[in-house]
Amino acid sequence: MEIAFFIENFKDCFNETAADSINENTIFRDLEEWNSMMALIIIAMIDAEFGKVLTADNIRESKTVKDLFNCIATQ
Amino acid sequence: MPLFSVSNILIESIAACVPSQTEDNQSFELLNEAERNLFIKTIGIRYRKIVETGVTAADLCTKAANAILAKNNLNREEIQVLIFVSQTPDYLIPFTACTIQDKLGLSKNCMAFDINLGCSGYVYGLSIISALLQNMPGAKGLLLVGDCSSTCISMQDKSVAPLFSDAGSATLLEYKEGEQMHFHLQTDGKEFDDIIIRDGGMKHPFVSDSLLYKEIAAGQVRNNLHMKLDGMKIFNFALREVPGNVAQLLEYSATPKEQIDKAYFHQANLLMNERVRIKIGLSEEKVPYTLYDYGNTSSASIPLTLCAYPTHSQTVLLSGFGVGLSWGSTLVNLEEADILPILTY
Repeated sequence: MEIAFFIENFKDCFNETAADSINENTIFRDLEEWNSMMALIIIAMIDAEFGKVLTADNIRESKTVKDLFNCIATQ
Repeated sequence: MPLFSVSNILIESIAACVPSQTEDNQSFELLNEAERNLFIKTIGIRYRKIVETGVTAADLCTKAANAILAKNNLNREEIQVLIFVSQTPDYLIPFTACTIQDKLGLSKNCMAFDINLGCSGYVYGLSIISALLQNMPGAKGLLLVGDCSSTCISMQDKSVAPLFSDAGSATLLEYKEGEQMHFHLQTDGKEFDDIIIRDGGMKHPFVSDSLLYKEIAAGQVRNNLHMKLDGMKIFNFALREVPGNVAQLLEYSATPKEQIDKAYFHQANLLMNERVRIKIGLSEEKVPYTLYDYGNTSSASIPLTLCAYPTHSQTVLLSGFGVGLSWGSTLVNLEEADILPILTY
């Protein structure tokens, strides 16, 4: 699984956030558009695109986009 | 594994009742305009039906039951089983079904009891009343399922308030040879506190501190008598458990997926329900939603959706999932069911 593909899908989940403002080191909670609904959208995206499970604890313990990727990369 | 069939029970009639008062999530001030739009698009809920103070789930269910009894001109002596499934009973003691038995004018020759279940409650309730009635030829039973969750949520909690809505339902069942229903019921109590009202029961009795409002996070202010819901955990749970539950039910009942005419899910949230639908492999037109107009009506959401989008199909999948955690699915035949339009209280 490529992190670049993950980041592209991650970016697509946002409506108002500029795509070039998101990279693997982005602290996703600092994004203005981030909220609990975005968390559900990311969980759904990962289920749909990668067939993997991102848990509530994964999200709570992750800081960056790369952390989220690492949570599912090892599954 | 609680996979089982119940024979000789017919679902004769279904009715649902909602309060007339409507709240619009476009006016929900704890979300900004962009968040409101995202919420309505993603979670799928625009309007919520809210009871006036003093109106209860039992009242909504009783109105639905009376509509069924009147339409069928039923002799009330024939009702020998009355089950009320709810998490919002009228009293802690006594159970609510006894008060409904009296209000409906049913005879003393009627067993009546409550079941405390939420989102899975309609499917569980169907299994229990059917299992009873299959041994009672000639008897009829009323399954009343409903919740007024608005009475136990904090309007200062954006993680819960824009989701929940109130509704009640009634389903009339009777003994009829030849019919068959299939069930698959499951539970995972490890996550019992994913959806919880902490205080007011016997484990944490009501004390003055129960009323203290606490800020859990920005926009999430509630006290211990209000419902707490961990949306992300419930989302993970539904995706993890429901598709497999349905797959095992289909395998057990030797029902090809393609044979399902319609599927009615507990109306939780659109994003989650759509993932569940896709994972099960059902096409969009087979799965109706009432989330936009009625929100999450807890235990009543399946019968409410049946009344909004009636079907007379032979193979109908019903699936409920949520608080407990508890989930279950059933395959029923609604060919002969008289499904009434939604009533207003």
